[in-house]
Amino acid sequence: MTHARPTTAPGTPGPAANGAARRPAPRTGVPTEQQDTVLQTPVAPDAPRPTRVDPEPATGAQSLVRALEAVGCDVVFGIPGGAILPAYDPLFDSQLVRHILVRHEQGAGHAATGYAQATGRVGVCIATSGPGATNLVTPLADAMLDSVPLVAITGQVGRKLIGTDAFQEADICGITMPITKHNMLVTDPADIPRAIAEAFHIAATGRPGPVLVDLPKDVLQAQTTFSWPVETRLPGYRPTTRPHSKQIREAARLIGEARRPVLYVGGGVIKAEASTELLDLADETGAPVVTTLMARGAFPDGHRQNLGMPGMHGTVAAVAAMQKADLLIALGARFDDRVTGDLSTFAQGAKIIHADIDPAEIGKNRPADVPIVGDAREVVTELTAALRSSAVDRDTRHEQLRGWWEQLEIWRQTFPLGYDDPADGTLSPEYVIERIGAIAGPDAVYAAGVGQHQMWAAQFIAYEKPRTWLNSGGAGTMGYGVPAAMGAKVGCPDTTVWCIDGDGCFQMTNQELATCAIEGIPIKVAVINNGNLGMVRQWQTLFYDERYSNTELGTHKHRVPDFVLLAQALGCEGLRCESKDDVDRVINQAMAITDRPVVIDFAVGADAQVWPMVAAGTGNDQIMAARDIRPLFDDPEAVQAEEVSRADRPVDGEEPVR
Amino acid sequence: MTTTHTLSVLVEDKPGVLARISGLFSRRGYNIQSLAVGPTEEEGISRMTICVTVDDFPLEQVTKQLNKLVHVIKIVELEPSSSVQRELVMMKVRADAHVRSQVLEVTQMFRAKVVDVSPEAVTVEATGTEDKLEALRRMLEPYGIREIVQSGMVALSRGPRSIAAHHR
Repeated sequence: MTHARPTTAPGTPGPAANGAARRPAPRTGVPTEQQDTVLQTPVAPDAPRPTRVDPEPATGAQSLVRALEAVGCDVVFGIPGGAILPAYDPLFDSQLVRHILVRHEQGAGHAATGYAQATGRVGVCIATSGPGATNLVTPLADAMLDSVPLVAITGQVGRKLIGTDAFQEADICGITMPITKHNMLVTDPADIPRAIAEAFHIAATGRPGPVLVDLPKDVLQAQTTFSWPVETRLPGYRPTTRPHSKQIREAARLIGEARRPVLYVGGGVIKAEASTELLDLADETGAPVVTTLMARGAFPDGHRQNLGMPGMHGTVAAVAAMQKADLLIALGARFDDRVTGDLSTFAQGAKIIHADIDPAEIGKNRPADVPIVGDAREVVTELTAALRSSAVDRDTRHEQLRGWWEQLEIWRQTFPLGYDDPADGTLSPEYVIERIGAIAGPDAVYAAGVGQHQMWAAQFIAYEKPRTWLNSGGAGTMGYGVPAAMGAKVGCPDTTVWCIDGDGCFQMTNQELATCAIEGIPIKVAVINNGNLGMVRQWQTLFYDERYSNTELGTHKHRVPDFVLLAQALGCEGLRCESKDDVDRVINQAMAITDRPVVIDFAVGADAQVWPMVAAGTGNDQIMAARDIRPLFDDPEAVQAEEVSRADRPVDGEEPVR
Repeated sequence: MTTTHTLSVLVEDKPGVLARISGLFSRRGYNIQSLAVGPTEEEGISRMTICVTVDDFPLEQVTKQLNKLVHVIKIVELEPSSSVQRELVMMKVRADAHVRSQVLEVTQMFRAKVVDVSPEAVTVEATGTEDKLEALRRMLEPYGIREIVQSGMVALSRGPRSIAAHHR
């Protein structure tokens, strides 16, 4: 019997049973030169994991923990409570699975998401029944919309009590049915290992997503047997990963014919680990690349072919390129309304190659001329190979795009991303974010909240690598930032992790900084504090006559809360920056603190706005580079660009202008 | 243009599978006209017959979204021309001694059966296509229909092939 797990007899305190000894003391002392890694708890995540275990007696709870160990889980984020309590006892002994005690279950869920997005591994969160489980609803919905591999384990009331409105009972499988990829209530303790194996398999394969496993208390307490590996039984689950060769050939043919192609890259490219392969495809096609909000970092920002982010707050070049394209090559992207704007006027002249691992995304919003179901890495690899063996060679393809690039460069140079320092002399939020990106560099991981600061962080930080930009794209979950950064730091302890947050978002989940302080997770939080719910305020400025209904938070006017004092109260270093001259110094000060979390309160102006912008409900042609400047409509230089665009369009077989 | 499609869906017989499917329909705004579910020749596998009203375009979305449910094994659309489609109806018709023979005559014309009789009423059971059952209802309505219960449609493709066989 292979038995890599520490052989502690059930009920006997094991060598690691003293939890206090496993945890570092709270980090509230002075800054030191300590390395971040020192703060990791001394569990043994690299110890060999059981690969084969013959059936042996175990409780349901032991079976759960051993299944988590066997499946490769090294960290779980959670909070115990009545129904899940049996699971916490064997978890206490595990040398392979570290439990991080969070302060709110929503924090556990987002931390698991941040962990998963930064590492590519499955994130795991645990909660008890009833309110513990319902607090996971938001992070589950968030993970569903952003296709994050997540496993949520919830306690449930005992089997006999289910359906009786028992204390802390909630039908969490019913509640999370529409916001999970799958969920299951385990009613037989013997099924626990298989349920865990299936949950991890479903979460991580195909289009990733959250899976919830609900475990009644008496199932956890019951005597059963544990064995590994287990046979999964999923006759209805067979994701297609291998693209159809005929579709690949057809796509290659369209690419060879295109004169204005755009590679429209979505988050699927990051999930499929296809960034390296994408560089080859981009080189082979010569086409411009746009990276969606979920795909920032999938293709280097420093690459000449990268036009930046498309969509509501995308660059003019990226939005215009898609609008005027004759071919969109969508890779792991889903034609989200924030990217397309009004669908009926979106990229009207473009043929569509749509590659996605989820067949339901293809043709959902925009019909595809060439649908390709498959894993993004396989699609990109095969597409590159097909292009290399096609009749049109690389140089010819590049030559065909010369006119297109001339036009793209006009847009890119005429309407670069930019901002002005506020006229009232206040600190510019864009500048702060830009400096954080410049100082922390492309190796750091950046997690954002949701709102203006998120858009600026997507725009003004250069992402050169996948999995360095984490945010809540689909759900737009305020409060995502701090716990997601915490999870990312746990997954990548040697990496600098910044949370770019807003004062509104920060007040939703900042209690997880206590978790960070106690558990030794030294993240850095930049609160871009403009005293307001900034993005809502921007819409009120633009669309509601500057009537600022309920958007002022008082974090400026009353300094409530005082983020520096709050940070200190939560065991973190608290810094403040109010002037441009101080920005670099304070960021560097934060960078030097590696033994505890740091919060910087950046007091910035309230009137800065996110530009460019496509107003909700309008078409992408109406993109405003700044307020009332619509380059594709009425700006003189853009009109010139527009004319180039028209001239470049092949008419009735006519060769395009080069 | 809206059309009605008949989907035959093989599912794992797991708790909550009906809720998953009906929830998906309501959540995505698809309209279920009827739904029938029952066991199949294979243990642990149930078969659902779902009649759904959609615009031409989104039927593909319906089947794609259904296919994403882990417990859904296979979906086939059954065309009326190449399948046998049946519904079952029971109608309690007012029928005293004066009109009972007329009611029985209608019943016979439709090859329906009387399954219960009392001095004031008879209960008629009939199976058939939606059109036939609708015609029967119109014929019996003048006598006074006290109650109707109708099943969802069930359907099987014509010919020797089985939905499960050409799947595996």
